[in-house]
Amino acid sequence: MQLPPALCARLAAGPGAAEPLPVERDPAAGAAPFRFVARPVRFPREHQFFEDGDVQRHLYLQDVIMQVADVPEKPRVPAFACQVAGCCQVFDALDDYEHHYHTLHGNVCSFCKRAFPSGHLLDAHILEWHDSLFQILSERQDMYQCLVEGCTEKFKTSRDRKDHMVRMHLYPADFRFDKPKKSRRIPSTICFGQGAARGFKSNKKKTKQC
Amino acid sequence: MWSRRQGRLRPTVCGVEELRRRRREREAALRKARREQQLVSKRLLRNDAPEEAGEGCVAAILGETEVQQFLRQAQRGTEEKEREGALVSLRRGLQHPETQQTFIRLEGSMRTLVGLLTSNQALLQLEAARCLHELSHSEQSTVAEACLPATSYLLTYLSSHSSDFIELCLYTLGNLIVESEAVRRQLLPQGIVPALAACIQSPHVAVLEALGYALSQLLQAEEAPEKIIPSILASTLPQHMLQMLQPGPKLNPGVAVEFAWCLHYIICSQVSNPLLIGHGALSTLGLLLLDLAGAVQKTEDAGLELLACPVLRCLSNLLTEAAVETVGGQMQLRDERVVAALFILLQFFFQKQPSLLPEGLWLLNNLTANSPSFCTSLLSLDLIEPLLQLLPVSNVVLTVLCNVAEKGPAYCQRLWPGPLLPALLHTLAFSDTEVVGQSLELLHLLFLYQPEAVQVFLQQSGLQALERHQEEAQLQDRVYALQQTALQG
Repeated sequence: MQLPPALCARLAAGPGAAEPLPVERDPAAGAAPFRFVARPVRFPREHQFFEDGDVQRHLYLQDVIMQVADVPEKPRVPAFACQVAGCCQVFDALDDYEHHYHTLHGNVCSFCKRAFPSGHLLDAHILEWHDSLFQILSERQDMYQCLVEGCTEKFKTSRDRKDHMVRMHLYPADFRFDKPKKSRRIPSTICFGQGAARGFKSNKKKTKQC
Repeated sequence: MWSRRQGRLRPTVCGVEELRRRRREREAALRKARREQQLVSKRLLRNDAPEEAGEGCVAAILGETEVQQFLRQAQRGTEEKEREGALVSLRRGLQHPETQQTFIRLEGSMRTLVGLLTSNQALLQLEAARCLHELSHSEQSTVAEACLPATSYLLTYLSSHSSDFIELCLYTLGNLIVESEAVRRQLLPQGIVPALAACIQSPHVAVLEALGYALSQLLQAEEAPEKIIPSILASTLPQHMLQMLQPGPKLNPGVAVEFAWCLHYIICSQVSNPLLIGHGALSTLGLLLLDLAGAVQKTEDAGLELLACPVLRCLSNLLTEAAVETVGGQMQLRDERVVAALFILLQFFFQKQPSLLPEGLWLLNNLTANSPSFCTSLLSLDLIEPLLQLLPVSNVVLTVLCNVAEKGPAYCQRLWPGPLLPALLHTLAFSDTEVVGQSLELLHLLFLYQPEAVQVFLQQSGLQALERHQEEAQLQDRVYALQQTALQG
């Protein structure tokens, strides 16, 4: 198929629209028995017209078209240790180290050292577990935010939130990143009033099952 | 920029003939699947190091006891290397459908795997994710459905920071999505669309390509037009998708291919195309077409047709929307370089991928149908003769020529004299009613707006050419009318 030599030059030149030649239709053009009408055509999803291209697309997905034989091997480096204090893991591939770092030392709670998969979950955890203001406010308004990305619902208790996530979002009831707090610790700044018979719970540090 | 993509297949030990034969088989199977509306393909990421492949191309099938053993070791082993090794062995075994079945039938196996997936041991997490990925590749819906307990975690990890891990989760999700409607029915309320919308802001190319793949699988679902596409259009995904398609130094071919296909599935479902036009889809795709034509000229053969195909389709379908016309009645897409680019691509297809020629011509029809400007470009850029060279490929060539001719005398004057009349006399000799019918329409327009052509037609035995079709029911009336015109002219 031969193309005019000036075509490539036209492509390389700047944008522009051709000044259209004058359009002048004669009614006899569309008169019976002739029936041509200029019109753009659309094809819906399943139309057979798309068969060839779809098949090529799926061959690609099956990696047959791109005859690539190279398997990128994990580049190995001399063994090195993770530099984070208290961590003694050793690695010989940077990818492994990257994953380790993000998983274990990435979004870590500075209060209880628990690691979270994302900043979003870490923020929720700090708020709900370590923020005394949150506790106070939550007695008066719905503060427990749904943990599903994009959902803005808030709830009175963490139990209610869990129910919502299970019912509306089909999350598992034992979703690992929504564990309820083991004990309701009363913040030490709250006083039960003078002469109150109640005291505080034992301050002995409990080992948390994180 | 268009350099050869790195794939992740195991090294192939088979010869070229064998590969061709396999390819033909796969192609036939895909064609059959498409006709049955069952076209489903999955991506498999396997990056076993070469020495592991030396254990024989095929890993051994694992029995129930072995699966249990590996799981126990992974869960309760003392040494991390030992635990990781157990999962690696499990993963290799899971390459087999039989092992997959054994695994899903074992009580508590998925629970254990999910526990490992969500553990704090990074390398165990990765291996557990790879096991899930193997399972996701199964062609049995039961296996895909057995992975349902893991999906909320796969989605959660999309907002983590480890790009390899995210990539793996995305491919796994993509594979699961396509296998079973039950999986999609769970993933949508679990928030897959917002999760993808957040993840698409990742700077990692591999993540973006994986995301595009997962999204394309979601969009291919049968229920997509009603249940999935509306929420995707309502999110920030369309803007980001179009960004991935903008030509320039940041354009990555692998990523662009995935998002172009995503866009095609959205557009051809006709849910809300004006919205996409509002986001500048026409101009982005037009510029991308120009870019493709430029790349094709540098003869860098890197699977450009994989990207060209969806781009052509998107443009063609978008051009049928009324929103394409702005207030002045002018099309939003007006740059005549688009016509030049299209012909350069048609030439490329002619040589490398003839099956795409009809799609390219379809775009040409949609560009020229209602546009005097593009019809004029066809004439002024001398593209009529190259177009005629494609006559054997598709009748749409004749339709495009009719698009030009029907605009009046100013256009027909430029169509004649020239190769058009001889070409028409040639097509009149065909027995295909469709082709002849279109030729008659074109002749009618030519005679109407350029009466001098009639004489030449008669001199070149045009009447005899017409006579051949006098008895054909679909053509009779038009043949007769043309004969009358010719005799009176």
